[in-house]
Amino acid sequence: MLAIRNLSIAFPGPDGPVRVVDDVSVAVQRGESLGIVGESGSGKSMLSLATIGLLPKSARAAGEILLEGRDILAASERELRGIRGRRIGMIFQEPMTALNPAMTAGQQIAEGIRLHRAVGRAEARAEALRLLDRVRIPDPARRIDSYPHEMSGGQRQRVGIAIALALKPDLLIADEPTTALDVTVQKEILDILDELVADLGLSLILISHDLGVIARSTDRTLVMCRGRAVEEGPTEAVLRRPTAQYTRDLIAALPRRARAGLGGETAGGEPRRVAGGGR
Amino acid sequence: MTVLALRARRAWRPGSVTLLVGGVLTAFLVAVALTSLVWTPEDPARMRILQKLKGPLVSGLLGTDHLGRDVASMLMRGAFNSLTVAFAAVAVGAVLGTLAGVAAAARAGFDAVLMRICDALFALPPILSAIMLGALLGPGALTAIIAIGVFMIPVFARVTRGAALQIWARDYIMAARMAGKGTARITLEHVLPNIAGQIIVQVTIQLAMAILTEAGLSFLGLGLPPPAPTWGRMLAEAQTYLLQAPHLALAPGLAIAAAVLGLNLLGDGLAARLDPRRRQAS
Repeated sequence: MLAIRNLSIAFPGPDGPVRVVDDVSVAVQRGESLGIVGESGSGKSMLSLATIGLLPKSARAAGEILLEGRDILAASERELRGIRGRRIGMIFQEPMTALNPAMTAGQQIAEGIRLHRAVGRAEARAEALRLLDRVRIPDPARRIDSYPHEMSGGQRQRVGIAIALALKPDLLIADEPTTALDVTVQKEILDILDELVADLGLSLILISHDLGVIARSTDRTLVMCRGRAVEEGPTEAVLRRPTAQYTRDLIAALPRRARAGLGGETAGGEPRRVAGGGR
Repeated sequence: MTVLALRARRAWRPGSVTLLVGGVLTAFLVAVALTSLVWTPEDPARMRILQKLKGPLVSGLLGTDHLGRDVASMLMRGAFNSLTVAFAAVAVGAVLGTLAGVAAAARAGFDAVLMRICDALFALPPILSAIMLGALLGPGALTAIIAIGVFMIPVFARVTRGAALQIWARDYIMAARMAGKGTARITLEHVLPNIAGQIIVQVTIQLAMAILTEAGLSFLGLGLPPPAPTWGRMLAEAQTYLLQAPHLALAPGLAIAAAVLGLNLLGDGLAARLDPRRRQAS
C-alpha cells in the first residue's frame, strides 16, 4: 500500500543542511496499522507531511515514497491534489485548530464529500450525518449544525475524523490524535480508529509519543530518534523485546503501572479491583 | 435571580460600553448625513449677507457664517460630504489592501514583492500625495479619495497579511489542502471568513482616520470644491472670524472630534467583541 524507501528530509540551516529525517524505510500493508514513536523533534511529523506531499517549501527530500507504486515525491501538485484526501486522510493533534471556526461540523464534512464526488447538497448532508454517527458523536442530528466552539475537545476530534473519512481514503494518518484529549476520551477515539481499520480495511499510521497508545492500537511499530529509524517490527515484539537502547530507554521512562500495561516482563498480575470503583 | 445575573454578565461583556457609545455616535453621524440629502433647515449654499455672523439660536440652531449661510445646514451636508469621501477612500484601501494581504499570505513569492510595494506606498503621507495629485487632477472629491485610499492600502495589506498568516498555520487549512483545494479556494472559503472580524474593526478605525485626513485636505483647499460645504473648509473659513464668531470654528471642530471619537470607540468595542481569544473562551 505505502512504501517509504530511504527517505531523507533536510532543511537549509546556517551551518549547512539539517537532516530531520535520515534514511528511513518503512512499509504499511492494506488493513495494517503502523505506529511511529519518538520524542519531539524526532522527525515523525515530517515523515507524515512528506507522505501527503505537504512538506514546507524549503525542505529537500530524497528517496522514494510509493503509494501503490506511485512516487509522491515526484508527483506534481495537480497529481498530489488527487492523491490527498482521496487516498490519504489526515487527523490532527489539536482539535481546536483542526476545524474551521466559521463553518458548522456538517458543512465541513459535506464539503469534502462534494469536492470529490458528484452528489447533491441533501445527499452530502445525509452522508455527513452517517459519518457523524459512525464516529459515535452523541446526538449527531443536532451536532451536524454545531459550530466548533459549541463542541467539546473529544467531539471536535470525532468531527475531525469524520472529515478525514468523508473522502473515503485508503490510508489514514493520525498525528498525535489523542495527545490534547483527556484519558477517557483518548480511549474512545482510539476505539473508533481501531474499528475503522477493522471494519473498513483502512491502513493507519498512528504517530504518538505515548507507548501506551502505540501498544494498544498498532500492529507494527517504528521507533524514531533524531530522524533515524532505530527499530522497526511487530509492535508486541518491539515493546517486549526491544533491541535498540533508545527503545529500552523509552520503555524504562514510563511509570511502572504503564510499563506493566505493555505486557513486559515487569507485569505484576491483574490490577486490583476496588470495591465500588472502576467499571 | 438567574435572569438578572445573566443580564448583568451580558452587560459586562468586553467592550460593551465602548461599543454602545461608539455605535450611537456613529449611527447619529450617519443619520444626520443621510437626512441632509432630503432635508436641511436652510439650503446650505444660500447666502444671506444681511444675516451674516449671527450667533447660535439668533439665526438658526448654530448661527450663520460670514456669508450668512446657515451653519447647522452646512454641518449636516458637510457630514454627508466628509463621510462619502471617507467611505470611498476606505473602500478603495480595504479592497485593494485586503486582496494584497491575502495574496501575500498565500504565496511567499507575492509576499516579498507586495510588501515592498506597501512599504513604498506607506512612505507617502496622504496630505503630500493629495497636493501632488491635486496639481495633476485638480482638487476635488476624486483627488481626496485616491490620495487617502492609496495611503490606506498598505495599512489593510499588513493587517490582513498578519491575520491571514495565522489562519494559514491552522490545521483546518491543512485539512482543506488534504481535501484537494487550491490556494484561491482556501483563501476565499477558509481564510477570509475567519479574518473578516479583524478587517471590519480596521475599516471602522480607518474611517475615523479618513474623516480626519479629509478634513485636513479640505482645510487646505484640496477637498470638494465650493460651494459644497465640508467640515475642513468650514474650519478654514472660520479662522478669519475666530474672535468675532468662535462658534464658526467650534461647530465643525466638535463635529470632526465627535465623528472620529465615535468611530474609534466603535472600532475598539468591535475589536474586543470579535477578539478570537475571548470568543473561544465563551
